Amino acid sequence: MKTLRDIWLVFLRYFGILIRNPVWVVLGVVQPVLYLVLFAPLLKSLSANPGVPAGGAYNWFVPGLLIQLGMFGAAGVGFGLIAELRGGVVERMRVTPVSRLALLLGRALRDILMLDVQAAILIVLSLPFGLKLHFDGALVVLALIALLGLLTASISYACALWLKSEDSFAPLIFTSTLPLLLLSGVLLPLTLAPPWLRNIAAFNPLSYAVDAARAVFNDHLTDVSVEKGVLISAVLALVAVALAVRSFGRALA
Amino acid sequence: MNEAKAVIETRGLRRVFKTRKETVEAVAGVDLKVWGGEVFGFLGPNGAGKTTTLRMLSTLLPPSGGEATVAGCDLLRQPQQVRERIGYVGQRGGSDPQVTGRTELVFQGRLYAMPKRAAQDRAAELLRVLELEDCADRPTSTYSGGQRRRLEIGIGLMHGPSLLFLDEPTTGLDPQSRARLWEEVRRLRKGGTTVFLTTHYLEEADALCDRLAIIDHGKIVAEGSPDELKRQVAGDVVVVGVGGDGRDALELFQRQPFVREAGAGDADGTIRLYVERGESAMPAILRLLDGAGLELKTISLTRPSLDDVFLRQTGRSLREVAA
Repeated sequence: MKTLRDIWLVFLRYFGILIRNPVWVVLGVVQPVLYLVLFAPLLKSLSANPGVPAGGAYNWFVPGLLIQLGMFGAAGVGFGLIAELRGGVVERMRVTPVSRLALLLGRALRDILMLDVQAAILIVLSLPFGLKLHFDGALVVLALIALLGLLTASISYACALWLKSEDSFAPLIFTSTLPLLLLSGVLLPLTLAPPWLRNIAAFNPLSYAVDAARAVFNDHLTDVSVEKGVLISAVLALVAVALAVRSFGRALA
Repeated sequence: MNEAKAVIETRGLRRVFKTRKETVEAVAGVDLKVWGGEVFGFLGPNGAGKTTTLRMLSTLLPPSGGEATVAGCDLLRQPQQVRERIGYVGQRGGSDPQVTGRTELVFQGRLYAMPKRAAQDRAAELLRVLELEDCADRPTSTYSGGQRRRLEIGIGLMHGPSLLFLDEPTTGLDPQSRARLWEEVRRLRKGGTTVFLTTHYLEEADALCDRLAIIDHGKIVAEGSPDELKRQVAGDVVVVGVGGDGRDALELFQRQPFVREAGAGDADGTIRLYVERGESAMPAILRLLDGAGLELKTISLTRPSLDDVFLRQTGRSLREVAA
């Protein structure tokens, strides 16, 4: 009970800070929209090629874009935490009896809410391009994005608490996200990839989430890839949360 | 106010930091007693172990060894109960520049499970007492250094703790804000709150603290009230300024039986002499310098300061170390 109350308190604080600075919400939507407008048209001419899945370029590309948003949209949240560490804000909260789980989840829930709002905007904006919307499917994808957001936000917060400085945090984030993105099949289908590349990609948890989102948008809600994607994301998110809560418990700054 | 009861008691408190290259013992066995209702100061140069000790006592940092009771609870076994009873204001403050002062206070109260209404009332009360009503609803990024400090002390006081930790509360403040803050600490003391503060300002320790401990290299080197400590350095201090580098004069004074101790002073070419009675020593000093053909530039007589205590215990002047 106390933990839930604490999570709610911490969430409200960070939601309040976000609302007063909505520019971040907008910036988070701009990037996927650029992909939608400046990159997706290229895929249209590709769709005739063998190896490119059926179902139309947008129904194939937008789910991947949504998963990308879920996975990387929260990667930078650690920057804010580093600023808080420097200002003594984290220390001040840790000296109170507040639940350590709440210190993480309150922040992460704010991040997840932002991601889902951005995802909903992206789905609506994709409709004129020919995305076919399935309401149940959209809910599943939003849940999947929430899990991925929880995963990435937790890792980002844990790394921030561990490194404590933007100078080492920024390169870590940028160098780790790029290979994950390239090996996820978001930009081009991995069915086009040579076998060795496909084998490496099989280790990328993100590719399962992408498969799941695509199955959902192409009306295969009961496909086994959906369960697989959700399950893998959920397990990873749980591990990341446990890791990050530990870091909040003993952060030295 | 219960003066007979120890609010903080530590036995052999230690903290070791390990880096890849070396192991540093930041706090090397500290035994302390802080009594209820007093203002207790931790005086020492930067890196002496003041903040590390404070962070251990406020549950932020697990000790490497030793035991402590804080506010009646065992630090190692009941950290959650300790947290409920203490307030802590860190060196870095802890207010968010984007958030208003009032919001920070109410949020802090809610973290201690205060009902919303009670937290709002308490915040309003603190804003009034700390004279922050005018800027209460502005983001703290607009606050002056003194205003932000006062707000942060208010944050530490929201839940009405009986023990408040202040880590270098006046570092970086202008003299006026510092005086205003001292006033606040004295007011807390009057209200029965025990205050444990760290400082590297001698004047602050002297003016504010009922008792203090001098810490250097992780160890307590002296403990007592400012007057007690100064009495340990019995007698008077004569500061003599001579021409040249003063080395000849220093050697000359060190040979004299009436000079208990002689050492270099703060400024170049000055010598600090510890003597039994200043007024009888001064003519002798003048005669000595005259006889040796050394030029006298200045001479003054002072009572011992806490710096003299520090100098005696550590062989260094705190003014030099802190500079």
